[in-house]
Amino acid sequence: MRTINWFKYSSPASFYPLAGKLIPYFTVLAVVLTAVGLYMGFFVAPTDYKQGEGYRIMFIHVPAAWMSMFIYLVMAVYAGAGLVFNTRLSSMMASALAPTGALFTFLALWTGSFWGKPMWGAWWVWDARLTSELILLFLYIGFMSLKAAIDDPRRAARASGLLAIIGAINIPIIYFSVQWWNTLHQGASISITSGTSMEATMLTTLLVMSFAFWMYAIAVVLARVRCEILEAEGDTEWVAAQLGKGQ
Amino acid sequence: MLTALWWVVVRDLTLAMRRRADVLTTLFFFVIVVSLFPLGVGPEMNTLRLMGPGVVWVAALLASMLSLGRLFSADYIDGSLEQMILTPRPLAVLVLGKVLSHWLVSGVPLVLMAPLLGVQYGLSAQALGVLVVSLLLGTPVLSLVGAVGAALTLGLRGGGVLVSLLVLPLYIPVLIFGAGSVEASVTGLGAQAHLSLLGAILVPALVFTPWATGWALRISME
Amino acid sequence: MNWGSAGNFFAMGGYAFYVWGSYGVTALFLVLEIVLLVLRKRTITQRLGRRIRMRSEVKNEAQT
Repeated sequence: MRTINWFKYSSPASFYPLAGKLIPYFTVLAVVLTAVGLYMGFFVAPTDYKQGEGYRIMFIHVPAAWMSMFIYLVMAVYAGAGLVFNTRLSSMMASALAPTGALFTFLALWTGSFWGKPMWGAWWVWDARLTSELILLFLYIGFMSLKAAIDDPRRAARASGLLAIIGAINIPIIYFSVQWWNTLHQGASISITSGTSMEATMLTTLLVMSFAFWMYAIAVVLARVRCEILEAEGDTEWVAAQLGKGQ
Repeated sequence: MLTALWWVVVRDLTLAMRRRADVLTTLFFFVIVVSLFPLGVGPEMNTLRLMGPGVVWVAALLASMLSLGRLFSADYIDGSLEQMILTPRPLAVLVLGKVLSHWLVSGVPLVLMAPLLGVQYGLSAQALGVLVVSLLLGTPVLSLVGAVGAALTLGLRGGGVLVSLLVLPLYIPVLIFGAGSVEASVTGLGAQAHLSLLGAILVPALVFTPWATGWALRISME
Repeated sequence: MNWGSAGNFFAMGGYAFYVWGSYGVTALFLVLEIVLLVLRKRTITQRLGRRIRMRSEVKNEAQT
């Protein structure tokens, strides 16, 4: 059986065209899944017993929150790989993931706020999940700021990579401490999701929307890493060849 | 290895003593920030008593963070940091020495000052005691974790603000357990759990952060 | 889920502002992210295109 040489794709030059070929597939998947998810979210999932129609925000809030955390972990893994194996493409992937992850974190916070206002009467509630999301946003911003502040690309990639790993290790500690803080300070612990009873259709819609966001994220991150590769490798022969082909 | 640690601490303390002003400004910053909050919030003692531990702790975080710039920059500028990295001694030990002296010079004064400031907030003697213990356990973590941030941002423009951005999210668990311990003891829940958690953060921090800081220093100095 | 009428659908049982405020902002930012990426790609390809053309001109001049 022929073994695939995966390491062939660990150089920016060979990954660039591969990423370009993959993007359309993930885009199509994202569009289809989003359409299905939105249809299910608005026309299949029933009215909630306690929260009425307002709970439908959950179909964006929860997937965005899941993606924000998932992307950070993937980012930390790529950053770690870049540090350990000294592969530039790994660091570029980490750098490409950050803005999308930060965006999902922001959307989780925004939708969480818009969900909380009608349900709990306040635009912001200090529940454990929202507070942890806020801190996660700070971690993303820290990563992007550090990378932007260092001129030397190699030092920038390695320093921000180390920061990402440290952040990833701290996430469970932060989450635990925020949970602790939250339950001790409020007799009845407020939770954004505690108001809904999860019906089967709701759960399925959540999963579909999560996959939709995941496919979107992959497509966007692949597109962004292609930009990063061009910016880093601009003066090489293979780039001239690719651009000559109109890629 | 212990002699290396000892000599680093002695060196850094001697250097700090020659620049006493730097040390004192951190302390004064702490005092001023703590004194600002009542001016902003109003002198109602019950409100202040509730806020006190949190305010003192946040001020300690900020003061600690402001002093991080001094941790490596002087040595970086005059080249001794490079020498430290090149020596055969484990870099983690040298870092631990620098962090220890940073804590002695920036953290311990905060711990000693806190009871006086706590009185401004009407905290009881028991609360003040827990506050001091929590700061005693927490300020070393602030120095240890802050050192990683200082190492990552070595020599960068906008260093001070950038370090804050990187390091403050990582400080949050220490803040939560530190300030929470005082509140827990005041409300009768007992501070043991919070203080144990602070200790549980301190021990791994002592073991792992010097190594991470050493790694960060090598990255910054390449 | 039977909404009865388009009006009911858009009203979202009284939660219209919150539901559409959430879905709307999400759609807006996701589209924005894509647009910014397209612009970034365009900028870099144009810049690199110029540099490649300049280099090949220099090479041609050197050869003549």
